[in-house]
Amino acid sequence: MKIVYTDVLVIGGGLAGLRTAVGVKQRGLDTVVLSLVPAKRSHSAAAQGGMQASLANSTMGTGDNEDVHFEDTVKGSDWGADQRVARMFTHVAPKAIRELAGWGVPWNRVSQGEREAVINAERVVITESEQAHGLITARDFGGTRKWRTCYTSDGTGHAMLFALGDQTIANGIPVMERMEALALIHEGGRCYGAVVRNLVSGELTAFLARATTIATGGYGRIYKVSTNAVICEGTGTAIALETGVAELGNMEAVQFHPTAIVPAGILTTEGCRGDGGILRDVDGHRFMPDYEPEKRELASRDVVSRRMTEHMRKGKGVPSPYGDHLWLDITVLGKEHVHKNLREVTDICRYFLGIDPATDWIPVRPTQHYSMGGIRTDHRGESTTLKGLFACGEAACWDMHGFNRLGGNSVAETVVAGMIVSEFIADYCGDPASDINISTGLVREFVERQQAELDALTSSSGNESATAIRQRMEEIMIDQVGIFRTGEELDQAVTELEDLLRRSRNLAVRCPAPGPNPELVAAYRLPKMLKLALCAALGARERTESRGAHFREDFPQRNDRDWLNRSITTWPAAEASLPRLDYEAIQVGDMELPPAFRGYGARNHIDHPDSPARQAEIEKILVGVDPDDRHARQQALMPFVHLLPEKYRPRNQRLETSA
Amino acid sequence: MSNESNPAGRTLTLRVLRHNPQDPDSEPRWAQYELEEYEGMTLFIALSEIRDRFEPSLQFDFVCRAGICGSCGMVVNGRPGLACRTLTSTLPAEITLAPLPVFKLIGDLSVDTGAWMRGMSERLETWIHATEPTDLHNLEERMEPELAEQVYELDRCIECGCCVTACGTARMREDFVGAVGLNKIARFRLDPRDHRSDHDLYQLIGDDNGVFGCMSLLGCHDVCPKELSLQTQIAFLRRKMVRVS
Repeated sequence: MKIVYTDVLVIGGGLAGLRTAVGVKQRGLDTVVLSLVPAKRSHSAAAQGGMQASLANSTMGTGDNEDVHFEDTVKGSDWGADQRVARMFTHVAPKAIRELAGWGVPWNRVSQGEREAVINAERVVITESEQAHGLITARDFGGTRKWRTCYTSDGTGHAMLFALGDQTIANGIPVMERMEALALIHEGGRCYGAVVRNLVSGELTAFLARATTIATGGYGRIYKVSTNAVICEGTGTAIALETGVAELGNMEAVQFHPTAIVPAGILTTEGCRGDGGILRDVDGHRFMPDYEPEKRELASRDVVSRRMTEHMRKGKGVPSPYGDHLWLDITVLGKEHVHKNLREVTDICRYFLGIDPATDWIPVRPTQHYSMGGIRTDHRGESTTLKGLFACGEAACWDMHGFNRLGGNSVAETVVAGMIVSEFIADYCGDPASDINISTGLVREFVERQQAELDALTSSSGNESATAIRQRMEEIMIDQVGIFRTGEELDQAVTELEDLLRRSRNLAVRCPAPGPNPELVAAYRLPKMLKLALCAALGARERTESRGAHFREDFPQRNDRDWLNRSITTWPAAEASLPRLDYEAIQVGDMELPPAFRGYGARNHIDHPDSPARQAEIEKILVGVDPDDRHARQQALMPFVHLLPEKYRPRNQRLETSA
Repeated sequence: MSNESNPAGRTLTLRVLRHNPQDPDSEPRWAQYELEEYEGMTLFIALSEIRDRFEPSLQFDFVCRAGICGSCGMVVNGRPGLACRTLTSTLPAEITLAPLPVFKLIGDLSVDTGAWMRGMSERLETWIHATEPTDLHNLEERMEPELAEQVYELDRCIECGCCVTACGTARMREDFVGAVGLNKIARFRLDPRDHRSDHDLYQLIGDDNGVFGCMSLLGCHDVCPKELSLQTQIAFLRRKMVRVS
């Protein structure tokens, strides 16, 4: 039996995982990153449009700060977010941008003087100030009150991932590629590492660590059509679930991005609409202002996706062999802008559709895009129930996104969470409580159990096909656990997914080839994916309200009275066919921003009985605080700075505060 | 949606060079698969279908399947390129697929570009060499907007390995850093945040495994999926390096 010891095992080589590894390494700890693919090929590279951080350098960002970013994030989450975590995030985001700039990310910069832009389909002139010249600029994104999304053309994730990938190399951190964690090693409520399969040789190794971090991204590939990379199968989240101890949060909160191309499902960035692009229907009519007069195309993603689907249901979609779609029109931006600032979009349109988006409309449709749900952690990034297990990035439910995340906030979360969580991991590793006092006998048991499961698959006399079951799961998820949901359909989904999970215990793997064996890989991943699908479907069936991306046609109101909580799923036993579902209350009394109307979407929520009381309390608290001192006002309402690692506590300087 | 160039109802024949080095009994061989083509079919879709329907053991690498991550470099009808964004309609009905040469074969169409790229990065130290730690809390260093755009232009490399595969020198010199490596040096040279001088860079690329190994055959430039200005960058670097040598 091969055993590798390290201080911090990081599972996942995208932005969140790499930033965590760099953080703990700089604190003097030994760390190993495991990645399914070369780290720079991780799905983080696909983030196009940008990263939110309230630098307020550009004219259109004037007046922006952590407070505005916080409010936008909480409203975007439909009050599902943990407000303290959202505060920690918005405070550290400007630092993350600046750190990445130091590591070489070529953020686009403010250019002084006049420039043309398109706002609400009209050409306008924006004048940038001389004092902002050369500082990092930002573009507009959905659900934000300021232009806050910092970018490098539309290859932001790529530039960030390469800078961080190079930092990982500079720090001498080993990244073991083509390695897949199959199970976590744990005992007595403490995680000690993972059983890991080498995807080239097929060999199993036990990695033992003081702290284990899961940063494996989302679970979009349980859906038939997803913008996610093909490796985003959620298996990192699933191995946490399979411990029976770690909790997953809000698995039913699944985001659909309004503009993925049809039929390939590849993303075109929200920057298209942020920069002034509009949506048109079969008649060429710009329909979003009819539904959302305030924010139009730039309401939050959940709202725009629903409005698009609603409009297509009215027969206004464009028929195609792949079903109805709508048009994204960025021709209004002009050739120069499209080919320079939306280059990836241009390439994608050219290669996958054979069109030039500077002159042709792009066929788009809402498509699965982001997993708000994930491994439930505290504000330090540690699992609420399994000590020594940490999670960050999309794999985690930290929980700054609640039931809908804003564009530009997830790529920001990856690095911000990596910065914050790595400090807490390093603190934890300094504590003797993190010592690896586990017997090799127990490690052997975990490794042998995994080997036995793999052997059972390759020697199975089963008759079920992993491909067929997987395809059915993907269809169920997109058809019945999609943008619009009903109790009846969700009930069918849960029943059929349960059946698929039972059938997946009888899989046949025909190829006995040693080494990589993609058929075996598909077979052992399938039950993990089905379990996540069940968590999402069951959570959605039981949540009889609509919040953020979770929309119930039979319960269309957001119901703060009964549902201001987080869905918590655990897997009770290996042979179970359904997760256990519990709820974690979100306390109105602790909120800086009590629940209210979001400012877009339907205005018909059911109030929480504590909301008026908290609102009154807030007004009372603020009476005694200097109205011009926003930091003091914030501190009085919901202190959070003490929750941050000390090095990230200082305030962020901005142009207006630098004079 | 325009796909008028797509001849409807073709039957495609895909010939794939197969070998599993992990299996002592495996010999390199050509395998042949037939598929009905449909509109919008890419090599990603075609290969996935072959694996799902006929050949579950077929190995290939796709991650983003959108031309962004650089995983799926392979030799398509004799030319290195990204398979995921190659529409079958742009190819003849007979399609030959082989793994990228130069890199270590993992199996079938899958090769180990990761180890090669990491080795290159470690040798060339492809990261910002700053003299001061970054101040996270105060206004960032300014940069001219045009310069940031120029740096991004060179930063767009996705390390797919196509340039290395198309390079005559890389075939002859195992340690040649390739256009990918030279482009990175050009990128960091342009970036004012990196304080390395041309003398420093000369230590890294001032030999036949570096910029002087290039024979200017420019296969790299022809096949780069991101259309980077590799020819210009290498020529420019060579001039700069001659000057400090």
